[in-house]
Amino acid sequence: MSTALSWFVIIFTLANIIGCYVLIRLTSRRKEGEAAEGSVTGHTWDGDLQEYNNPLPMWWLWLFYITIVFGIFYLVIYPGLGNYKGAIGWTQLEEYQAEIQAADKNYGPIFAAYSQKSIPDLGKDHKAMQAGQRLFLTYCAACHGSDAGGATGFPNLRDSDWLYGGSPEAIKTSILNGRNGVMPPMGAALGNEGVEEVAAYVLSLSGRSSDSALAAKGKTRFETICAACHQADGTGNQALGAVNLTDNVWLHGRSVGAIKKTIVKGRTGIMPPHKEFLGEDKAHLLAAYIYSLSNP
Amino acid sequence: MDEKSNSAANAEIYQKHKKVYPREVHGLFASLRNTGVFTLLGLYYLVPWFQWEGHQAVLFDLPARKFYIFSLTFWPQDFIYLAGLLIIAALALFFFTTLAGRLWCGYACPQTVWTEVFLWMERWFEGDRNKQIKLDKSPWAKNKFLRKIGKHTTWLIFSAWTGFTFVGYFTPIKELSILLVNFNLGPWETFWIIFYGFATYGNAGWMREQVCIYMCPYARFQSAMFDKDTLIISYDEKRGDPRGARNRSADPKNLGLGDCIDCTLCVQVCPTGIDIRDGLQYQCIGCAACIDVCDEVMEKMDYDKGLVRYTTEHAIEGVKTRLLRPRVMVYSLLLLVVASTLGYSMVMRMPLELDIIRDRNALYRETNEGLIENIYTLRIINMDRQDHVYRLTAAGIDNLKLLLKNRDIPIKSGEIVTIPIRLQVDPVELNKVGYNVVFDLIATDNDTLHVQETGRFIGPISR
Repeated sequence: MSTALSWFVIIFTLANIIGCYVLIRLTSRRKEGEAAEGSVTGHTWDGDLQEYNNPLPMWWLWLFYITIVFGIFYLVIYPGLGNYKGAIGWTQLEEYQAEIQAADKNYGPIFAAYSQKSIPDLGKDHKAMQAGQRLFLTYCAACHGSDAGGATGFPNLRDSDWLYGGSPEAIKTSILNGRNGVMPPMGAALGNEGVEEVAAYVLSLSGRSSDSALAAKGKTRFETICAACHQADGTGNQALGAVNLTDNVWLHGRSVGAIKKTIVKGRTGIMPPHKEFLGEDKAHLLAAYIYSLSNP
Repeated sequence: MDEKSNSAANAEIYQKHKKVYPREVHGLFASLRNTGVFTLLGLYYLVPWFQWEGHQAVLFDLPARKFYIFSLTFWPQDFIYLAGLLIIAALALFFFTTLAGRLWCGYACPQTVWTEVFLWMERWFEGDRNKQIKLDKSPWAKNKFLRKIGKHTTWLIFSAWTGFTFVGYFTPIKELSILLVNFNLGPWETFWIIFYGFATYGNAGWMREQVCIYMCPYARFQSAMFDKDTLIISYDEKRGDPRGARNRSADPKNLGLGDCIDCTLCVQVCPTGIDIRDGLQYQCIGCAACIDVCDEVMEKMDYDKGLVRYTTEHAIEGVKTRLLRPRVMVYSLLLLVVASTLGYSMVMRMPLELDIIRDRNALYRETNEGLIENIYTLRIINMDRQDHVYRLTAAGIDNLKLLLKNRDIPIKSGEIVTIPIRLQVDPVELNKVGYNVVFDLIATDNDTLHVQETGRFIGPISR
């Protein structure tokens, strides 16, 4: 908050409080011409319902004063006046962190105990997997789906096809550090004809039908350009996240058009890191849950 | 008048509280109120101590979000019943108020009921009205000091017990009493016991009629339901006026007086400090203390009872009173409809909940086999008292396949289970973009535990 705005808030707030006090004082006196105490005001409703000018009890007035005192007290203790930090230095962030710490103190030991077990063993622990499923539904399902079956562009975690490896350690690393997968655009390097040929060859790698003459030409192009990442046999490279092209699993769409688009424009896949956010223990449990899906 | 208001101008519009000293009263309506006090407070203080089927008979377990009322367990999903109950309470208030005025205020309201008990305690220590007034006027001496200390101590103990009982509806009262005896109460339990104890002490000991006059919204809007056929407590002005003291043996007619002997007992017994002879006032809580005391006086004077009585404005004006008015019939009809609907739905209540949450990250998914797949998360709550195994099926499209690990889902009593499931269908079966699919969940051991929920299946159009 800028200094000017801060002063505006301070002056406006305090002026309001003083205004409230003045208003109470001004209205707590009888006015000229008002009906006498205990006599009717002359207002009548429903034909016979009359209003008396009865005084309010003194404690009613005190409630107003108490409210004002409470307001001042509150503004002294908490940060309400512009940039003033409050007498006890309370902040939302600290309160949030205190709540997180309290929750960690409660639930931390449960996850810590799970993290002592190996990932394959933990995958057999029914209770741990129930907790793992809840974590998955909270943190992972938005992209990978509630059933971990993935979506276009988001890998299926239920099958045995892994971009970066399906070992317990590889899965945990993916969760903790995230992954950055880049397939560079190859449209310029290959040309229109080249794209057609490589696409035909890629289809044939998974055993799908394609023009064999085009595929044969595509094979040569593939071995010079694509093999650097996807290997000469198209089985990919998990160290780079280069996909296996021989297993008939299509992350960005199985149609010929989608495959050609991938070749021409390239693809980027980002798995965000969760180390700071979830911590080692929860990531361990999540890795065990994901591992258990394809290793029942 | 002008002079009076001028002299009053510029004076404080607020006034110091004048204490009301209600005189003790006996009679039919006082007995009715005492019956109300004993029944209602008896229920309040005793109910939490009853056990039922292994738990406290009435327990509102807020952290677990379960309300136990005898054999029924209510979940947050059952909150509609609370709404129903509140509607019934409101309609009942309308109905009784239209019929007989502020019955609720006079005989059943917690403010009245607790104040009554506090008045009894006050009389134990300070005696009846006259002695109380005298005591308050007397200087602070040992006698006054001891009586006041005694009164407030008794009030405070009773209030603390009230607060303790209140918290006992939310924390099992037996555990709570053990914690209390060991000085081991949690901060929130301590806070609420003190809070409700203090509220009782303040409202029933100090605020009393001021709660009804200045704070209570019901007090004000109940009057809006009155009409000229509503039973109200009224002084019979025609019969009573002109008022005046007279000898018991004298004939009032010869003295030119009405039946009111102007003893002011009706004013002395009034818990809100009004004079019923001024007519109907919003301060009147309909406690009928003035009727009881006036009847006593009339009996002593050998006059007819009922100078102050339950009557209607029409009756006083000499017009015939109609009890069955359209508004009475409308209220009773509404009350009957809402109460029977609520009763029926409580009896038919299904202690099983199935929620279908469709995945939102993709409309549908095409599997490698070319099938169209939709993903859902099911949330199943077993609200029954027993564990059950449930079987899930889905229908709505020809050859629809439901994929989940185990079709038989065991769920413990009170457990909430979350299961991701998949529905698959061959696209040739799809003739439009969306289909309603019905999920059917039934307990394998009990056919009556059966729910159906509709979900949406989305796929491409295939021709």
